[in-house]
Amino acid sequence: MSAETAHGHAVMESDEKLWSGGKSPFKSSYGKLMMWYFLLSDAFTFAGFLIAYGTLRFSMNTWPVPDFVFSSFPFLQGTNYPLLFVSLMTFILLASSFTMIRAVQEGKEENKSGVVKWMIYTIIGGAMFLGCQAWEWTTLIATEHMTVSTNPFGTHTASGVYLDDEHGHAYAAGAEAETFKEGETYLIHKADGEWLKRRFRYTDGPNEGTVARQDFGPKAFGALFFFITGFHGFHVLSGVLFLIIIAINVASGLYVKRRNGYEMVEKIGLYWHFVDLVWVFVFLVFYLL
Amino acid sequence: MSDHTYEESKGIARKTIIILGIVTIIEVLIALVGKGYLIPGVEFYESYIGNFPIGRALMYLAMISLSIYKAILVIFEFMHMKYEVKGLMRSVLVPTALLIWAIIAFFMEGDYWRNSRNFISDKDNQQVETSIRPVGGPIKVEEPSGDDHGGH
Repeated sequence: MSAETAHGHAVMESDEKLWSGGKSPFKSSYGKLMMWYFLLSDAFTFAGFLIAYGTLRFSMNTWPVPDFVFSSFPFLQGTNYPLLFVSLMTFILLASSFTMIRAVQEGKEENKSGVVKWMIYTIIGGAMFLGCQAWEWTTLIATEHMTVSTNPFGTHTASGVYLDDEHGHAYAAGAEAETFKEGETYLIHKADGEWLKRRFRYTDGPNEGTVARQDFGPKAFGALFFFITGFHGFHVLSGVLFLIIIAINVASGLYVKRRNGYEMVEKIGLYWHFVDLVWVFVFLVFYLL
Repeated sequence: MSDHTYEESKGIARKTIIILGIVTIIEVLIALVGKGYLIPGVEFYESYIGNFPIGRALMYLAMISLSIYKAILVIFEFMHMKYEVKGLMRSVLVPTALLIWAIIAFFMEGDYWRNSRNFISDKDNQQVETSIRPVGGPIKVEEPSGDDHGGH
């Protein structure tokens, strides 16, 4: 405001004058302002999804433990890496947010090649995030057989001991059986189209001594996971597409002619940071809590 | 618009991304250490004061607060909300306060669903007392004592 204080001061004195027309009360262009309001409405959409997740989670006695569900890592054997892969995804998205703000700053300086360079980095970051998400989904769908309507991740309500091994065969006499504790999440394996629901005996709780079988977890889990991360991934995908279009426009010199400090880059920047902002909450709700 | 020079803005962006990275690492550490994955023998998730899961509550509170802090950093520094006119800031941020009530109302409703579900499943699993009547004996139907039920 420094340069226009003398002029702007009189305007700020009365709200009536501020809103009487002919000037911009929010000192923002139409496009940027509307991007803000679009993002506000989008925030409500995401909030609706995440609140639905919370409501359904509150309505269940058990819920799959995220450290168990999300514990695979590409090229590494087994599932002993809780949260490692999603943390990597978070850092990729954060880094792309940083490269985006650098592109906006170069735009303010009217430095065309700088804008293109940092936008390309941002596009690469977005594409890497999408690749990670594709791998995560593939693991869940193809290896662990979770679908929109089937959730093989159940949770024990009391401690106990398994009577069958992982292949569904009863333990041989003298073999040491696997035990589990209350609140532990299990994955029901699928072999030859059959679900292998292992038998177990409760060793505490109200049903102590009784034999039961593993059962599917809350059905809504799969639908919520695929719809919410999918909706976010769709935002990342459209963000990457718009970034590509705008980067081409920047490279072609279109925004040089407009002489508005690469405002289009600023607008896609707002959108891109919003995608990062939503991920902060998706990460919190799905993976941390 | 921001009064910062190009070099200053660059510094702020760099500082902000480092803070965001560190806060994310802290969040993941809280989740993993708290549940006993990283340091053997150290975990808070299952600590209780009476019936109240104090460890879990503190972990959740810390992770939620840190996430909100991250969100504020992204909005104010990366999205430049800090440098916008107050009116613009309020018109975008104040409506989100409605979500506070949405969260409270829906989570209470979810909790009510759980209680209803458990109530119904308790009733379903209730063992009916059958020992009053000898097995195979005649079924004795209690006649209503008054005429108020009618029909007889």
